[in-house]
Amino acid sequence: MPHDHHDHDDFHHDGMSPSGHPYRADNDTPLTYWQVMEIAIRELLIDKGIATASEIAVQIDTMDARSPADGASVVARAWTDPDFKGRLLQDASAAARELGFDIGALRLIAVENTADIHNVVVCTLCSCYPRNLLGLPPDWYKTRAYRSRVVKEPRRVLAEFGLTLPLSTRVRVHDSTADMRYIVLPARPAGTESLSEEQLAALVTRDSMIGTGLPKSPA
Amino acid sequence: MAERVRVRSMMPPGHVRTPAYLRGKVGEIERSLGAFPNPEELAYRQKATARPLYRVRFTMAEVWGAEAENPDDTLDAEIFAHWLIPLDD
Amino acid sequence: MDAPTVPPMTEETGRRWHDMGGLKAGPLDATQHDFALWEKRVDALMVLCSAKGYFTVDGLRRALEDMGEDAFETMSYYERWVASINNNLLEAGVYTVEELGRRMQEVMARGKTYGEASGG
Repeated sequence: MPHDHHDHDDFHHDGMSPSGHPYRADNDTPLTYWQVMEIAIRELLIDKGIATASEIAVQIDTMDARSPADGASVVARAWTDPDFKGRLLQDASAAARELGFDIGALRLIAVENTADIHNVVVCTLCSCYPRNLLGLPPDWYKTRAYRSRVVKEPRRVLAEFGLTLPLSTRVRVHDSTADMRYIVLPARPAGTESLSEEQLAALVTRDSMIGTGLPKSPA
Repeated sequence: MAERVRVRSMMPPGHVRTPAYLRGKVGEIERSLGAFPNPEELAYRQKATARPLYRVRFTMAEVWGAEAENPDDTLDAEIFAHWLIPLDD
Repeated sequence: MDAPTVPPMTEETGRRWHDMGGLKAGPLDATQHDFALWEKRVDALMVLCSAKGYFTVDGLRRALEDMGEDAFETMSYYERWVASINNNLLEAGVYTVEELGRRMQEVMARGKTYGEASGG
């Protein structure tokens, strides 16, 4: 069973995973044509010495280990260290590596939210995302609705995410059309002066780094 | 590269990284990103030449005209030099 | 749910289906799924094959785009990806259609679930 390794039964009734999402078709559901193709391709690549089973497993683990928490720690450092923030805005890839993140060939640009500017990121042609820092993108990021609409009516789209911006705030939409990927550096919430870097990182949500949300307010 | 540029309006059928909604629109170079292998060649297993890539900033008024939510909001996209026509003297 | 409003590529505009910025579309749906093992494996195969130079992300995208809008509407994200990876590996000469066909037949003969067919 796919959820044997979870300890708390109360988290996964009704076929939901511990994260509250439905499980995808997996090991114990009827085999599909595309799953057959995946198995066959993977085996052919292994047979031909192009990839090894352990390389594939390591790559999956590497991708699984990446998460918005990595980006959140970059943001929290930028909030607490002005010099780091300067380096982040100058070269976000180098700044992320400076904190020890293995982001591969990711070419990252950080765009800063201020009192007057709100940034939001999209890829209209595809689904480009800073996956080597934040992990795989949320499903909505890849949808027709988001890709089509956010470049033309960002304010209406943000309002659907629960974020209503005043007209005095300048919205900057970033379409990731080529080799760069983007992370929004959200503005540090008010009332967080006494928080540690770790406590600050806990306020930084995935959506606040895409620009479809704001950081959480301190409890 | 000029500060102000117009995006070429050609519509070839292949793999390109210039979105249709920006073709023919005028923007300003936000920053130069250096040269990158041309995706239009990479996509077809052609030997890719390095092409200069720019971040170009457009106003929503320029892109959407009267339909813009707020004309002063902006849209930035990365566009290769061979899709850009310099407008400055 | 609104019907898709992205027009197909036309002779008048040349605009292709995937190039959807600015077109009308329905409301946002924030439903999220966890990824299945086979989907993670597809992702890993893409990363490894491109890192090793067998094809490029541009080639992946070209094949996805050429699959057309119908594939976008009817297949899941990683179903489209595995189809595109296959196209690219065939083009790269990594294996033949015959090798793939025979292997797929072998895989299907192993069992009725992904777990049985993939050997875990």
